[in-house]
Amino acid sequence: MVRTARAGARTALSSLAAALLASPASAEAIGQPHPWQLGLQPQVTEIGERINSLHDALLVIITLITVFVLAMILYTLFRFHESRNPVPSRTTHNTFLEIIWTIVPVMILVGIAIPSFSLLRFKLVPPPADIVMKATGSQWLWTYDYPKDQGGGFSIVSKMLDEKERADLIAKGTSPEDAPRLLAVDNEVVLPVDKIIKVEVTSADVIHGFNLPAFGVKVNAIPGRNNEVWFKVDKEGLYYGQCTQICGDQHSEMPLAFHIVSQDRYAEWLKEAKEKYASNSVSGARVADASPIAP
Amino acid sequence: MAYGAAFNPHAEHPTSDSHAAHPTGLRRWLFSTNHKDIGTLYLALAIVGMFIGGTFSILMRINLQSPGHHLFADGQAYNVIVTGHGLIMIFFVIMPALIGGFGNWFVPLMIGAPDMAFPRMNNLSFWFTAGGMCLLLLSTQMEGAPGANGVGAGWTLYAPFSTLGHPGPAVDFGILALHTAGAGSILGAINFITTILNMRAPGMTLHRMPLFVWSELVTAFLLLLSLPVLAGAITMLLTDRNFGTTFYDPAGGGDPILYQHLFWFFGHPEVYIMILPAFGIVSQVISTFSRKPIFGYLGMAYAMVAIAVIGFVVWAHHMFTAGLSLDAQRYFTAATMVIAVPTGVKIFSWIATMYGGSIRLAAPMLWAIGFLFLFTVGGVTGVVLANAGVDHVLHNTYYVVAHFHYVLSLGAVFGILCGWYYWFPKMTGYVIPDWMGKTHFWFAFVGSNVTFFPMHFLGLAGMPRHYFDYPDAYAHWHFIASIGSYIFAAGMIFFVFANLYAYFIRKQPAGNNPWGAGATTLEWTLPSPPPFHQYEVLPRITGADH
Repeated sequence: MVRTARAGARTALSSLAAALLASPASAEAIGQPHPWQLGLQPQVTEIGERINSLHDALLVIITLITVFVLAMILYTLFRFHESRNPVPSRTTHNTFLEIIWTIVPVMILVGIAIPSFSLLRFKLVPPPADIVMKATGSQWLWTYDYPKDQGGGFSIVSKMLDEKERADLIAKGTSPEDAPRLLAVDNEVVLPVDKIIKVEVTSADVIHGFNLPAFGVKVNAIPGRNNEVWFKVDKEGLYYGQCTQICGDQHSEMPLAFHIVSQDRYAEWLKEAKEKYASNSVSGARVADASPIAP
Repeated sequence: MAYGAAFNPHAEHPTSDSHAAHPTGLRRWLFSTNHKDIGTLYLALAIVGMFIGGTFSILMRINLQSPGHHLFADGQAYNVIVTGHGLIMIFFVIMPALIGGFGNWFVPLMIGAPDMAFPRMNNLSFWFTAGGMCLLLLSTQMEGAPGANGVGAGWTLYAPFSTLGHPGPAVDFGILALHTAGAGSILGAINFITTILNMRAPGMTLHRMPLFVWSELVTAFLLLLSLPVLAGAITMLLTDRNFGTTFYDPAGGGDPILYQHLFWFFGHPEVYIMILPAFGIVSQVISTFSRKPIFGYLGMAYAMVAIAVIGFVVWAHHMFTAGLSLDAQRYFTAATMVIAVPTGVKIFSWIATMYGGSIRLAAPMLWAIGFLFLFTVGGVTGVVLANAGVDHVLHNTYYVVAHFHYVLSLGAVFGILCGWYYWFPKMTGYVIPDWMGKTHFWFAFVGSNVTFFPMHFLGLAGMPRHYFDYPDAYAHWHFIASIGSYIFAAGMIFFVFANLYAYFIRKQPAGNNPWGAGATTLEWTLPSPPPFHQYEVLPRITGADH
């Protein structure tokens, strides 16, 4: 009887897990969350894809464990309710059982640890970078430095669009979806697709969180330290992230916006940007306004 | 009966204390040295804290119900409420209820001791805790961040946001609140350790102690070893803020990460401090209502010891995005996953205790079963978060909020309420109607799941913590979470009425043992409520049936 119950539970479970794992309506925009989202944002880096697949595997394992425990509890409550079992047994030991429920979890955990450690190594040992840039968090904006020896030599100050700036942009014809509230910024970071990019992350005041969910990348921006992340994006697009370390009044209003474009477009942009940001002045115009980039 | 029949309760002459008179009124409650009175004071403090901290959480949920700025003028005001919610719930609700409250009440009763080892220090512990709570509440009325009142740095008080970011005195008040409450807890821990190691009744060997007493003993060691580290960390924070030191300031050669290591060296054992006594309560309740001794008693006791020991060496899993080295992240991933093993032993042993029993689904048992399942859910998401590689995406998102509320709000809080319904008859002498405890349970079970389960989805989608406004895409799940919190709150209001009704109106006497043959621990041999002083002739324990 137990066996049938468990088998039934497993079948129900696998269909549930499949429903949860199925990627949601794929027409949704990448690079930002969408309503009723259940899982991770679609991942566009190898790091992100590997995180996603480990998470999916973990989800199956933990769902099985939870359903197994729930089934045991419900069966026990039913079978050994005082109306069905008025005389309790006095069994308090079963060495074999106790060894089993110690060893089996250990084996499951070892099984999890193997892919987990391989993912960790892949994430934390960066390959030689094509482009190195620096991101500095401060209350409440991000500053990005493009080093001179890589065709840069300027820095970009990136601030969230406030309600008025956003309204102006929408009035000028930008659709509201292209300027999402609390995510859209004045100056986006522009970087090329298919290149290994390393970002050195630090802070000018308190700790902030450098976070790009679609890249599987998150590291704290800490004053006096350079933390490093790397990614190689497979797909052009505009990717948003938000600060993930409580940092004050406008903690929720210092998003990150990374525009990933083709190699050619990046070279063009670099030229324009060098002039535009030569004085390192804070420009109110979005990059997209200066020279529209096909998303 | 679990324990030998040699114990002769004093029900016949409860007023035969050698003391001339019991203190009454203010003398009784301000200068109390009686473990039951101090336990009651702690429980009262926890209830006050629960309504303040609970109100804060409802304010948060009202604000987050839909995107945009509603209840709070700015993000800092919201951060102050979040910080207050966290600190109050941890230091002034869960700890006072589980350790000061139930611990004080039932450790002496369960081990056959007349009182705690140091009754006056016990009084001091309580008033330190109450003073700490006052300091914390006062901090909300001081300037913290420029132009805003209160501490808005999160309960972790990370430097430099708690130093440079909060120039006003609010954080100093917060630090002193933790110092004071921490001192109270350290004194309490010394008291529990001394009491449990030295004042057990004849025959009550360590391996015959009820698991609740084991859980309090292990918790007391955790408190004793971890709180001094917090005290050191926040003292350095205090001197950084006020006396020109630079322990955590890179401009002076300090390091913000040092604070995080010190804080979490305390902070991780702290989460076990909050859950272990709940483990103890659930063990007593499951054994009582299954009418069966605990399965694998020694495994259960030493699983708690193992959890405590491992709990001290996993702290940096809270810091996977701080920039730790590959080796450090590997170690903390592995060590963290190991905790799942003793936790699994406990879950399976509880189920095995029920298996073969004669289960009565009274209200406390319902809470204990709710605890079992929901703690499992919170535990398995902990295994996900233990993997540093996956945590890099989930760190500081709502996934983490969901995880730790499943183990705390649905673990520790369900444990507290389980204990409340279990021991209410013993503490007050009156029965609380079973249907009331069950109704409350269903409000809480549905409400907390509706609140916290959608937070997993929000976190996976990237929703960060400590946000008072969020991109519109997160609106649906946030709305559902808010509805859930209102359901839980309705249950808490019902809880108040249920208690008032049972205590002031219905007044149905409970007798020594309202729970029947399954309730085998010593407190059920005493009258309800127990006499002011109990065990003037020590009970003699001749055997336990585990």
